[in-house]
Amino acid sequence: MNTSFDFEKPIADLQQQIEKVKQVAEKTKVDMSSTLAELEANLEATKQRIYTNLNGWQNVQISRHPDRPYTLQYIEMICDDFIELHGDRTVKDDKAIVGGFATIDGQTVMIIGHQKGTNTKLRQFRNFGMANPEGYRKALRLMRLAEKFNKPVITFIDTPGAYPGLEAEERGQGEAIARNLLEMSVLKVPVLCFVVGEGASGGALGIGIGDKVYMLEHTWYSVISPESCSSILWRSWDFKEKAAEVLKLTAEDMHANGLVDGIIPEPLGGAHHDPQKMAETIKSKILEDLTTLKGKDIDQVISERIEKFCAMGVVLE
Amino acid sequence: MAWFKREKKGIITSTQEKKEAPDGIWNKCPECKKPLHYAEQVENKYVCHYCNYHLRIGSKEYFSVLFDNNEFTELFPALRSGDPLNFNDNKKYTDRLEESNKKTGLIDAIRSGHGKIDGQDLVIACMDFNFIGGSMGSVVGEKIARSIDYCIQHRIPFLMISKSGGARMMEAAFSLMQMAKTSAKLALLSKARIPYISLLTDPTTGGVTASYAMLGDVNIAEPGALIGFAGPRVIKETIKKDLPKGFQTSEFVLEHGFLDFIVDRRQMKEKLATFLKMMNN
Ligand SMILES: [Zn+2]
Repeated sequence: MNTSFDFEKPIADLQQQIEKVKQVAEKTKVDMSSTLAELEANLEATKQRIYTNLNGWQNVQISRHPDRPYTLQYIEMICDDFIELHGDRTVKDDKAIVGGFATIDGQTVMIIGHQKGTNTKLRQFRNFGMANPEGYRKALRLMRLAEKFNKPVITFIDTPGAYPGLEAEERGQGEAIARNLLEMSVLKVPVLCFVVGEGASGGALGIGIGDKVYMLEHTWYSVISPESCSSILWRSWDFKEKAAEVLKLTAEDMHANGLVDGIIPEPLGGAHHDPQKMAETIKSKILEDLTTLKGKDIDQVISERIEKFCAMGVVLE
Repeated sequence: MAWFKREKKGIITSTQEKKEAPDGIWNKCPECKKPLHYAEQVENKYVCHYCNYHLRIGSKEYFSVLFDNNEFTELFPALRSGDPLNFNDNKKYTDRLEESNKKTGLIDAIRSGHGKIDGQDLVIACMDFNFIGGSMGSVVGEKIARSIDYCIQHRIPFLMISKSGGARMMEAAFSLMQMAKTSAKLALLSKARIPYISLLTDPTTGGVTASYAMLGDVNIAEPGALIGFAGPRVIKETIKKDLPKGFQTSEFVLEHGFLDFIVDRRQMKEKLATFLKMMNN
């Protein structure tokens, strides 16, 4: 079991206790099943209590857990077939965004998502999920391909932000993201978006304009990371917990504010506790929505997509 | 049509505006430090006549530089910010808004007006950097969205003047979604084949660059403006190297293919009028 955060300590302690009791029972051949049952019940109750009462910062930590599934793993678990496609046809192939045609229960779709690495070397290879302009342009190229062949688009969002580098600026990071926002809002196929980890600002939104935008239960989505928010507002990185609270970046807050369409429940403790189950939940949501959206007139779908985003914001007059 | 009445009241003239302006020395040129006289500045479109530095000006000045006789109908002037997140970072957002309003006389970081340039109709939405760093919150997004609707309805070209540090943190994800909103509206403007000119001025960064500022049929900029997605400080910290000279200036962005041209503020009206004529005939 993965118990790596401070707030998970009571769970780890109980798990340790259970192990000990088991060992003692084994050695002494004394029946300790009632003690064990009591501890197991306590463990379940503790897990429930902790995992259903996470604050903003605790959710941010879970969203970054290194054992969480990333796009390619989800594709493997959800899809029957997948052909990865590469390159923006202009500069290069960005490794922080992956994509390609896939089939889900026999239906062809285009899946595009941020990709983080699973070990130190791969994390660098994937640039920690921070895309350059060519990543956003690859995503757009694949979306247009999907549109051409009338295949729905599904995106997986998980990024600490668009990469703030020298070459990124030279090659128009701002323009690349902006172009995607405009093109996605009028893309002539259904678009589903899932925030599966971190949803940091324009780097997330750049593949995030969908008919349905969902957040997994323990993910976050906002205009800035809690760390950067803390450093700007309080001139120090020490207020990230407070920043996570004031930004209202959890799935629950984002849904309550009408900024995402729904919350996808995660296995108790987070997606990494049961990736297969997480994938199945996402898959059934995809199938459900595709059935609904494919039955609708696409012009209607597009105007509802535009109206949804245009209704966001609070102004007084 | 309720807004139509409000609009009429928004008409202001240059004489009314000029009354408040002090005579004599207004400020020093931030670039060459030479003293600039107010009358000279107005005459020279707020460009330093010693070194050609383009002073940071707001919607009031841009409207006076661009609209014929400084006549225009202000659009949606009553829109003001709510506080959807009850945001408080040692200072309440509502207090910050009030202070900014007192300091600048503005209601938010953007104003929009319908007037004429050399006799041709144009809607200009212009950001005000003095209001919380020209940050983009719900009011900025909504006013741009409604201005675009107005342009589509009346078939009038749209000029967006950006001057902003990016999204407004105090509205968090609501600010983020203004990028989506404005870009979606621009898609509709584009479909209607109505010209959209994006003018980027000093500075234009963050979520503004990553949405409407970069989406013009033509993107233009004033000379020497800071234009980028990530701020220079963040990039420097990321790459752990000094940034090359001239990085993220208008000239740099033009060279890399993201601007159509750079225009001196003193020639801006003429150039815009010529472009509109080309589109209109
Ligand atoms: Zn000067």
